[in-house]
Amino acid sequence: MLVTVLFYTFATILVAAGVGVITSRNPVHAALSLVLCFLTSAVLWMLIEAEFLAIVLVLVYVGAVMVLFLFVVMMLDINVEELKRGFTRYAWLGWLVTGIVIAEIVGVIVQRRLGLDVTRGAAPLPPGYSNATELGTALFTRYAYAVELAAMLLLVAIIAAISLTLRRRRGLKLQDISAQVAVRAGDRVRIVKMKSEPRP
Amino acid sequence: MNANLLLAIPMLPLAAAIIAGLGGRVLGRAVSAGLAIAAVAASCLLSMQVLNQLLHGTANYNASVYTWLLSDGVNMQVGFLIDRLSALMMVVVTFVSLCVHVYTVGYMHDDAGFQRFFAYIALFTFAMLMLVMSNNFLQLFFGWEAVGVVSYLLIGFWYTRPSAIFANLKAFLVNRVGDFGFLLGIAGVLYYTGSLDYQVAFNWAPAIAKQTLHVAGTAAGWPAMTVICICLFVGAMGKSAQVPLHVWLPDSMEGPTPISALIHAATMVTAGIFMVARMSPLFEQSETALSFVLVIGATTALFMGFLGIVNNDIKRVVAYSTLSQLGYMTVALGVSAYSVAIFHLMTHAFFKALLFLAAGAVIIAMHHEQDMRKMGGLRVRMPVTYWTSLIGALALIGTPFFSGFYSKDALIEAVHASHRWGAGYAYVCVTAGVFVTAFYTFRMIFMTFHGPSRLDHHAEEHFHDVGWDMKGPLVALAIPSLLIGYFTIQPVLFGGYFGDAIRVLESNDVVAEIGREFHGAAVFALHAVLSLPLWLAAAGVYCAWHFVLRRPDQATAIQARFNWLYRLLVNKYYFDWFNENVLARAARGLGLALWRGGDQAVIDGVLVDGSAGAVGWIAGRVRRIQNGFLYSYAFWMIVSLVLILGWFLVRV
Amino acid sequence: MITLGHMLTLSAVLFALSVAGIFINRRNVLLLLMCIELLLLSANFNFVAFSRYLGFVDGQVFVFFILTVAAAESAIGLAILVVLFRERRSINVEDLNTLRG
Repeated sequence: MLVTVLFYTFATILVAAGVGVITSRNPVHAALSLVLCFLTSAVLWMLIEAEFLAIVLVLVYVGAVMVLFLFVVMMLDINVEELKRGFTRYAWLGWLVTGIVIAEIVGVIVQRRLGLDVTRGAAPLPPGYSNATELGTALFTRYAYAVELAAMLLLVAIIAAISLTLRRRRGLKLQDISAQVAVRAGDRVRIVKMKSEPRP
Repeated sequence: MNANLLLAIPMLPLAAAIIAGLGGRVLGRAVSAGLAIAAVAASCLLSMQVLNQLLHGTANYNASVYTWLLSDGVNMQVGFLIDRLSALMMVVVTFVSLCVHVYTVGYMHDDAGFQRFFAYIALFTFAMLMLVMSNNFLQLFFGWEAVGVVSYLLIGFWYTRPSAIFANLKAFLVNRVGDFGFLLGIAGVLYYTGSLDYQVAFNWAPAIAKQTLHVAGTAAGWPAMTVICICLFVGAMGKSAQVPLHVWLPDSMEGPTPISALIHAATMVTAGIFMVARMSPLFEQSETALSFVLVIGATTALFMGFLGIVNNDIKRVVAYSTLSQLGYMTVALGVSAYSVAIFHLMTHAFFKALLFLAAGAVIIAMHHEQDMRKMGGLRVRMPVTYWTSLIGALALIGTPFFSGFYSKDALIEAVHASHRWGAGYAYVCVTAGVFVTAFYTFRMIFMTFHGPSRLDHHAEEHFHDVGWDMKGPLVALAIPSLLIGYFTIQPVLFGGYFGDAIRVLESNDVVAEIGREFHGAAVFALHAVLSLPLWLAAAGVYCAWHFVLRRPDQATAIQARFNWLYRLLVNKYYFDWFNENVLARAARGLGLALWRGGDQAVIDGVLVDGSAGAVGWIAGRVRRIQNGFLYSYAFWMIVSLVLILGWFLVRV
Repeated sequence: MITLGHMLTLSAVLFALSVAGIFINRRNVLLLLMCIELLLLSANFNFVAFSRYLGFVDGQVFVFFILTVAAAESAIGLAILVVLFRERRSINVEDLNTLRG
């Protein structure tokens, strides 16, 4: 009973925050609403006993990605008013597609057109069950290669992001280390032989 | 027989042709000519030796010397079939070719293309030898095409003359028509026997004769052998200039005279005759094909003779005479008298070469004047030429004891004895042809050598009788023209000379029939006094004398009276007009239509430009979707997702 | 008790909201990126729910990877955005059509 109440409470917050994300005129507000979305999602995932992912969602998404979003939003000087012009011109199309999507989902969930039993509850977990252990076992045994690939993907993303945003300003005095290492004495010192000039 | 020896016969001229052709400039005139003459003389001597061996009982030689390729069980190879037929042809070809070589040294001595000319004629000798020595259809076809190419090169030898280029192109194109039929015939043989070898085809001939060919799925089949033989004969019609594929031969006189004389009169054009004689086992199996051959030959024999009457160009008169005589040979083939055809081929080679070389001598003496109306009275000024031409002319019209008499009279007798469909028509044609032949031949003799001199100032000024380098060959050819028939008719026709080289069915054997009446060459000649052809020939000579020398005004009157007929003959029955204005125009129209309609409109317009245009048009529409707006891509992704999900739901 | 249907419905609502958001905020790249994050969150909801209710841990592994990819995506997306803004002083999607065919 308590669980159900909690679910509905947080579900309501989640939907409201979602509406906030898509409707707020200020990107900062949108980003903060999205943070709220992630947080409530984490709570909901906790409710169905997916604790590890809930924590990852808070740490990675809220802690890293959304901070990045906020950082960018605040760094860029965005003319919000200009971007909001024509706000409602295609809104009807958006609502139409959304309506169709909802109708289809209703077809799946309520009418059970794909034969899905949506009324089933979760099987109780055995005592001593650890979500993190289970997930870790799967990740580092069956999905080991995929984990490697994901790691590589993240590395590529880091390098890409840095190289995209790296900017060389002209006039900066920077060390060229390879040139310093490769230098030889002949490049630096020049022996000039000349006659001594007579005293005036 | 030694295979290497046989191989040397065609290969020596080929080597000479390559050396003289490619290295002529370096080697110089004398070396090139000497090389070619030596090579051809050697192969002539070898050919004579081969013939000699065969006459003294050596067995026929039939083997392949080189396998070119083996494809799907079909053996394509180079091989030789040497029997008395091919040995005789080899001797004729190499001897005649040797004569051309020698005569050319004098005739062409100041021509810039001297070495080139020797390369060509040596190459011609090689090609012709490959043709006659072959033991399979593929090599026959190779030789056939190769002589065609050399003929093309030689007709257009003076390639700066537009008329020569026109003539050689014409010869080549007309021969293409014939070659197409020939190729179809070879394909037919291959289809039924699975082999290109003569011997296989000959052994299968009776079996093929029982088959029918269903062309393009038609229910009514054609007799297979008739189709094959007629196709092969179409090839012969092209090469041996039979109606209606004869149009190239008169124009081929654009080539140098020795070539006209000896390739386009004595050797190459007889390739068709030789081929049909060689294929006698096949032709014997089809009465229809032989009747076709007979009718075509008879038509050529008579109607091409008429054209000789109205022509005033001395070389062309001889050319039409050649056409007519080739028609005679074809008639002989048509009545299954293959040996008579080859016999006439041989005698004709001598006296026609003689007449041509005499004409060449006259032309040289007249300083390149070919119009007989500007000649006359040359009898006194060129006595040797006159007497030798007279011998040639008498041989041509069939005067008893001359060589032409024996072959032509035997030929007419054979036609008379035949009961084949069309033989009656052919008999009328060849008999009437005797009169026509005599008429135009002596018209030429009288106009050129008799009567008052009509030389114009230019010719008079430059006139000089030819030297002995040209008179020599005339005399050399006059002797066999006079004698060879008398001495060879007995063995060649009735003595079983050809053995099994020529196969004639018992019921068709007209030569054996006339052989029963034959009691020696002299009796044969005396017997002719009582027969129709001799008197027709005499009448022809008389008419020629009457209209040319005695009453030329009557000739003019008749010409005016029968102007339509004269025009018909002068225009060569409008064959050229028909070819140029109907066939060529239709072909060009078709080509133009295919070019404009098929190529430009359909292929270029619809297929190439059209497909590119369609792609461009579709791309032009599709690129509207690629508008570069991110939300648009997102929109299409989501719409697609929605559609896929909807499809899942609807499908269940 | 929370059933599978609860979670799926919630995820569907989130999905529909994000789709609508993509249309509504179609000019602002930053908001588009945020909507895409929301979209991925709704997909993750489904994965987690099915993993839990069908008793397979693999679904949660997938979520793990989706998080990885999404993090990488937003890092690069934001980097591009920064460069873009530096070049054009705008993040209006309608200005970003130089790739137009």
